[in-house]
Order: sequence, then structure tokens, then C-alpha cells
Amino acid sequence: MGLRMNAFRTDQEFFLDPQRCIGCHACEMACAECETNGQLPMIHVDYVDRYFTPQTSVQICMHCEDPVCAKVCPAVAIEKDEYGIVHTAKTDRCIACSNCVNACPFGVPRKIQPMDLMVKCNMCYDRTSAGKKPMCATVCPSGALFYGTREEMTRKRPNSSPVNSFKFGKQTVKTRVNIMMPKGATELVVDDSE
Amino acid sequence: MATLPVSPESIIAQFGPSLNFPKPEGIPGRDEPDAVVKTHCCFCGMQCGIKLLVKNNHIVGFEPWEEFPFNEGRLCPKGVQRYLQNDHPDRLLTPIVRVAGKGFEKTGWDPAMERIVSEIQRIQSEHGNDAFAMLSGVSLTNEKSYLVGKFARVALKTKNLDYNGRLCMVSAGAGNKKAFGLDRGSNNYSDLAHAEVIMICGTNVSETFPTLTHWIWQARDNGGQLIVVDPRLTPIARTADLHLPVRPGRDSALYGAILHQLIKHDWLDRDFIANHTTDFDKACEAVADYDLDWAERITGIEKAKILRAAEMWGPARTSFLLHARGIEHHSKGVENVLACINLVLATGRIGKPYCGYATITGQGNGQGGREHGHKCDQLPGNRDIENPEHRKYISQVWGIEEKDMPGKGLTAYELMEAIHRGEIKGLLSICFNPLVSLPNNSMIREALEKLEFYVAIDFFLNETARHADIVLPGSLHEEEDGTVTTAEGRVTRIRKAIDPPGDARTDTSILLELANRLGAGKHFSYETSEDIFNELRVASKGGTADYFGITYQKIEDNMGVFWPCPSEDHPGTPRLWEDRKFKTPDGRAHFHGVAYRDPGEVTDADYPVILTTGRVVSQYLSGTQTRRIGKLVQQYPEPLLEIHPKLAARLGIRDRETVRVSTRRGCAEFPAQLVETIREDTVFIPYHWPGKKSANQLTSGHLDPISKIPEFKVCACKLEPTGKLAPSPEVSQAWASV
Repeated sequence: MGLRMNAFRTDQEFFLDPQRCIGCHACEMACAECETNGQLPMIHVDYVDRYFTPQTSVQICMHCEDPVCAKVCPAVAIEKDEYGIVHTAKTDRCIACSNCVNACPFGVPRKIQPMDLMVKCNMCYDRTSAGKKPMCATVCPSGALFYGTREEMTRKRPNSSPVNSFKFGKQTVKTRVNIMMPKGATELVVDDSE
Repeated sequence: MATLPVSPESIIAQFGPSLNFPKPEGIPGRDEPDAVVKTHCCFCGMQCGIKLLVKNNHIVGFEPWEEFPFNEGRLCPKGVQRYLQNDHPDRLLTPIVRVAGKGFEKTGWDPAMERIVSEIQRIQSEHGNDAFAMLSGVSLTNEKSYLVGKFARVALKTKNLDYNGRLCMVSAGAGNKKAFGLDRGSNNYSDLAHAEVIMICGTNVSETFPTLTHWIWQARDNGGQLIVVDPRLTPIARTADLHLPVRPGRDSALYGAILHQLIKHDWLDRDFIANHTTDFDKACEAVADYDLDWAERITGIEKAKILRAAEMWGPARTSFLLHARGIEHHSKGVENVLACINLVLATGRIGKPYCGYATITGQGNGQGGREHGHKCDQLPGNRDIENPEHRKYISQVWGIEEKDMPGKGLTAYELMEAIHRGEIKGLLSICFNPLVSLPNNSMIREALEKLEFYVAIDFFLNETARHADIVLPGSLHEEEDGTVTTAEGRVTRIRKAIDPPGDARTDTSILLELANRLGAGKHFSYETSEDIFNELRVASKGGTADYFGITYQKIEDNMGVFWPCPSEDHPGTPRLWEDRKFKTPDGRAHFHGVAYRDPGEVTDADYPVILTTGRVVSQYLSGTQTRRIGKLVQQYPEPLLEIHPKLAARLGIRDRETVRVSTRRGCAEFPAQLVETIREDTVFIPYHWPGKKSANQLTSGHLDPISKIPEFKVCACKLEPTGKLAPSPEVSQAWASV
């Protein structure tokens, strides 16, 4: 990924607002259309618990600043580029060991059995490197997925704050992707057990 | 005889529904398309802009159209997957003819057309012109809707033409005409953005109009509050500030009780009421006794919540009320609509920025298709077929004698009943699948079997068309030019991307040839869709739905034009009623006294549970299109019976257990889905599936006395556990159920 893609908009960021997800799956279907994905979605929408609520949650790769998936990869198949995008495993290097699948704190990478490959979201590098928005954030009908500048997001969602710091016990994970939290929040404590 | 020529299983083996999936290795040509065509989605009334990628006369994919102002690239899963109707193995590529014992066999256009014309002429000479009926649908463009209306009256010379909008928004249309003298959403959706309170009445926005969700959320970001009235906690209701889980069929009691509170607390715009409305006293009188205790008893909603709704709605400075099929699919559909309009008029919040009211039209061209004359009582421009002046004007546009213009015909469900009684002998249908979409469908099946001759035009062999003698292969949305009018009243361009495949033809060319062969060719000399539109403009001129000032070029230049647009220099009308000049004869908006009455069927000892029906996000209407798209089917593969765990426990029903649901019309079995997100006295089944999986085996044929909409949203049922867990969806294959 050494190629410099000048069209990549470094002022734009991904904002994920799971509260707004309406569970329509447009993002999954649109993601799967990407030819490099072989009709597999890299974004995942699931019911939290349909018995109690129609609430769904949506998960994309958070593109960690210090990606643990890359750290645990014995084949150095996963790389983060100069824009902070953590790319899917290189096909000629991935040995399908599943280290990344097990290590990711957000449960993002998936091992594709027939291909013996790990695949994950690369934030639509084909689109973002050409100055476009990722497909999922373009089609999302409810604004659960948004791609744009921080100023735009702050103006549009005055009641929420973007957060990109996640606390797992004593460890803090910082990500390129933001999630929208109630106004004033600065981090999401996923697990505060010591 | 329009019975099936062979078993339904044999027909399905040949014509589907079969599931089309995109190829994992990709679709050739997507990287370098021959053309990128800006058009709109073929499904709901939002009419989202979308770009289709074309290669070698095939649609090979899509791109979001981010510049189109309503959806800015946003799409729902149906829009993302719609291109898979193209190159579908089920696509009809030649005319087919019913051969008893053998199935459907290919035939040529000439023999098919000759037989159709001779059967029409035979039936009409033996039984009268009105014994041959036509059914149409509002997935058709404005041009085709207009053409169907003219074709039925001028070429087929029958009064019996109606359309599937009868199952969609006719209650809203009738209510709007009574209150405002005009049938269109009063505002475009940009007026949602700064509404202080939004009330969503009987519309599962996030599943049926997903891209509208964004506009509602935008209002909430700006501090707006959201009230949702729905018996189920839908995804949009989950996010509401106030959810009112109304008992199905009791809507007008709720809105009456809210009006009662507005009056009691003087949350009224008395200047507006005095200067611009009539009959406020009648509205007040009707709700005089509708106090909170009464309302709680009738609606099943806690009285504190009803009061809270009135407190939120009453003093607000800006507001937007939206409703859809949830209040319209009732034997009191028009009354429910009028009760909602009363709340808007009482507060005077209409015709001003961020003060809005609209029905959310369901079908792709539900708005335009209900304006230009393929409705049994209507002529173009939303004119009345029984009004002598309207008849005279349209007869003149069409070049016929006014005496030859047929009168008012039967509505869709009544038309099927007339077929059942043997009064109507022949049928031509296009864009309508009544065997799945009409209620009480065992009656519909019996009616179809009684037809002497039935011809259907469709791109897939839908369940109803299996009963046809001849099926003519028509065109998909992307195979013809035209316009549609969105739920906002915005007239937009549908652009042809490809030609119909094989020997399939455009719907327009099929109707034109039939008109010609029926001897009416001189009235149908159009070269292009634009020619038809230009005649529609003239025909609509001076009507309430006036398109005269709209041209294809103007639509192109402005990304749509809102009607009314009476002259070419007129900019269109995104927001109605700013001038306070309502289109009623007295120029005022009309209140109506809405006294509550029970739905057509109430629960009793034999049928103690309320059944309501609706849609899911991945399917569309009768599923003719969406039950053929693999991923949409996989997302929600079979109809489930949503039931509250407490009701389930009382009846001994477990999750995924097969439950027998019976009503006075029939019985059917569905897997139970236990959810706390539905009222305890109500169960829900989505209706997109055919045969034994059809919810409309159970629904009732009670009609609204004015709009004639069937009461899909409420009937009484009985539930019996079978003790058996339901097979997996892969086994039950509900999408192709017989």
C-alpha cells in the first residue's frame, strides 16, 4: 500500500452511531456488491436481542491506531497505511491462522473457510482513495453510518460527541473510526473490570 | 376457464419464483459500463434517486446518486438489490398461452394478440362492454397510468377499471379531498427538519420507507420530539420520545381524545380556525365525551400517555404529522385520516415552514398513479368521472364523444366480487397481483377460476397471472422512459436504461397495439413516452393535480418539479397552502366530526385475538419482484407470527412453534416469533407471501364505505399451538409457497 493516493480525503472520518441503526441491512448488501468482497459483507448488522427489542447493532472495522490484528499476525499480512486504514490480509501472505479473528477487540475480521483467508473492511479503499465515501456510509438510510468531516458531524449532531477511545479493562484502544456517544462523552468503557 | 393449467408446483418449476443471487466472482462490465443512467428506485413512494450501470444492454450494478436531493445516495436493501431483477431466470421473454394439462407454452405476438382481441370482442358482444374489466397498478409511471385510464375507457370501452392503489392510499386521498379539496401531501420532507414535534401515525417508517428515517432523525438532532402511534414497537418507535401502542382498529378514538385535550386546554389556533376553516364545531361536538378514561378503555393506551401526546402536540410552534397504511387500511380509513387532519387544522400548523401534514404514499408512483385516471371514478388531473364538466373536458382531449365516456366502475375488491358473481367475464391485468395482495384471497382464487378469459401483462409470472389464458411479457422499470410522482408530490424522471430482453415488449407498446387492434388506434398515436406526458399535461390542465407547466426538460433542470404547476413559467409548489386558499368549493379547510365506531370485525369468544398485517423491510408488496431476489429473501425468508410472550404463555405457544391461525375466512400456519415488542392482545403477520403462507387468507373483506379500502389492519383470529416446531425456512420455501 505504498502508493500515494492523492484523492484520499484526510479531512474525512467515519462516524458510527449504532443507536440510529434500523436493521435494514442496506449497508451489508451494498458492501457485498464490491467485487473484491466476492459478495461477502465486511460490515455486520445483528439484533441485540429480538425478544426484547428491534434494536440492531452495526459493526465495521474500527481501524485501530495500533491494530492488534496486525500485531498478532505471524505472517505480517495485515498493514496499516499512511492514512490510518488497516487493510485486509494480503492474500499471498495470510496463512488463515485466525490469530486476528481471535484478537480483535471488536470482533471484526472473519476467516473465510473456502478461501482460507482472513477478510475485513478496508474502508472501501477503492472508493475512499478516489475521494468517494465508503459504500455503507453512502447508502445508510438512517445516518447510523456517516462519512464526512468532523465539523460537518458536529454541526449536524449537536446532541452527540464523537468518541474514538475504548477502554477494555486497563487497556485503551484508540481507533480511526468514531462512535457517536451522548454529548460530552470522551471515551467508551467497554469493560471496567480490573 | 381460468383454472391453473397444471399443478402450481409445475408452474413454479418453470417460472419461479426462483432466487437470483449476484455472482461471487463479480459481474462483467461493472468496471467499465457503457452508460451510467440516473433514474429512481422501482419500489416505494420515496422514489430514491439511483444510478444504474449498463453494459451491453444489461444492468450490471448500481451507484448511489448522491446529488438527488431527497435521498442523497441513501438506499434501502431493496434499492441496493433491485438490479437483480434484470437477467433473472424467471423473466418472461415471449408471450405464453395456457394449455390445459400441459402448462404454459410459448406463442407469438400475433396469435396472442388476435386471440385476446377476439375474446374481448366476444365477451363484450355477448355480455356488454362492462363485462370485460381491467386491473392496473401504481408501480406504473404517470405515462402508463394515464395510458391505462384512456385505454380502458376509449379502446376497451369499459367502466370497470381499477387499480392496486385501492389497497394503498385511497383513504388518505378521500380524506385529503374532503378536508383540503386536493389530494397530495401538503409539504415536502424538508419541512420535517425543524418541526418541534413529529407525530407518526400508523407507519413503520424505518421498514417501509427507510430513507425517510434520515429526515426524521434530522429533526430530532435539531431538538424535535417524536411521537409514534403503532401497536408494535417498530424500529422507528424504539427511538421515539413517546410510543402510543394503539389497539388495532381504535385509531380514531385516540385522535379524537387528543383533540378533546387540545380543546380543553385551548391549544388551538383560533384565528386560523375562524378565518380559514369550517365545521370546527362539528369536530368539537363529536369528541365532547372523549375524555382520557374513555380513550384509555377503547385504545388500550395508558391515559397518561394520551395526555402527554396532547401536551407535546398542542402548544408546539411547528409540527409535522405523517400517516400511512396503519390508519388507512381500515373500514374507517377515511375517518382516521380526517381525525388526524383535525389535529393539524386545530393548531393551524399547515402551509408554513416546518408545519406539515402528509400521508406517506406507499407505492412507487402511488401519488402520480392516483391522479391520472386508472381509478374507477377518476379522470386525469384528479378529475371526477361523474362530473359533467370534467367528462366533457377529457372527452375533448381524447377526441371522443362525451356520451361514449364510460361512467364510474367498481373498485378493486368489488370488481373481484363481481367476477365471483359471474357479472364480469373477462379481465386484463397489469402490475397487480391480487391473489396475494387482496384480502380474503380464497374468494379471489374462486373468482379467477370463474373468468371466461383472462390476459395478464407482467415481466414475471406472478401468482395471479398463473390463472391467465395468455400472459404477455412486459417491461421492467428500467426498460421504459417516463415520470413518477413521489410521495412528496415531486414529479421525477424515470430513464430507460436498456431494452426489454428477448421478445418482451414495453408495456406501452403492448397497450398501443391492443388499442390499435381494438379499432381505437387513431386515439393512441404516440411515438414516445414524452408524447404521452405532453397529452397528460393538457388533460391535467385546470384539474386539481395540474401538471400543465411540467416538461421533461424542466424536470431534468430542477431534479423534479412539485405539482401543482399550472404554467411553464411556474416554479412548482413544494409546500401547499401558503396562500391559505384551499381547493374546497368554499376555499376553506374543512374539519369533520369523527365519531368513533368499532372496526368491521371485533374479537369475541370464538376469535379472541386481534390480527394485524404489514410489511418487512426486505420485501415489497406482493413480492412478485422481491421474492425473486436471493438476498432479500434470505433476510426475512418466511412470514412469522409476532406474538407477545404473555399471550404465548397463556396459549402454550413456544418460540418457533407452528401456530394455526384461524379467522372467519380461513386458516393458515405460521412459525411463532415471541417478542415483547407487540401488544398482548394483538398478533402480527407480514403479508408478502403467496399460497398457504399468505396472511391474506385470513384478512377480512370489510371495506371503508367511502374509499373502499379493505380492512387489512384488523380482524379477529384464533390461535392454536400445533405442538410442532416449524421447519427451517430453507425447508418451507415460503417465497414460492403454493
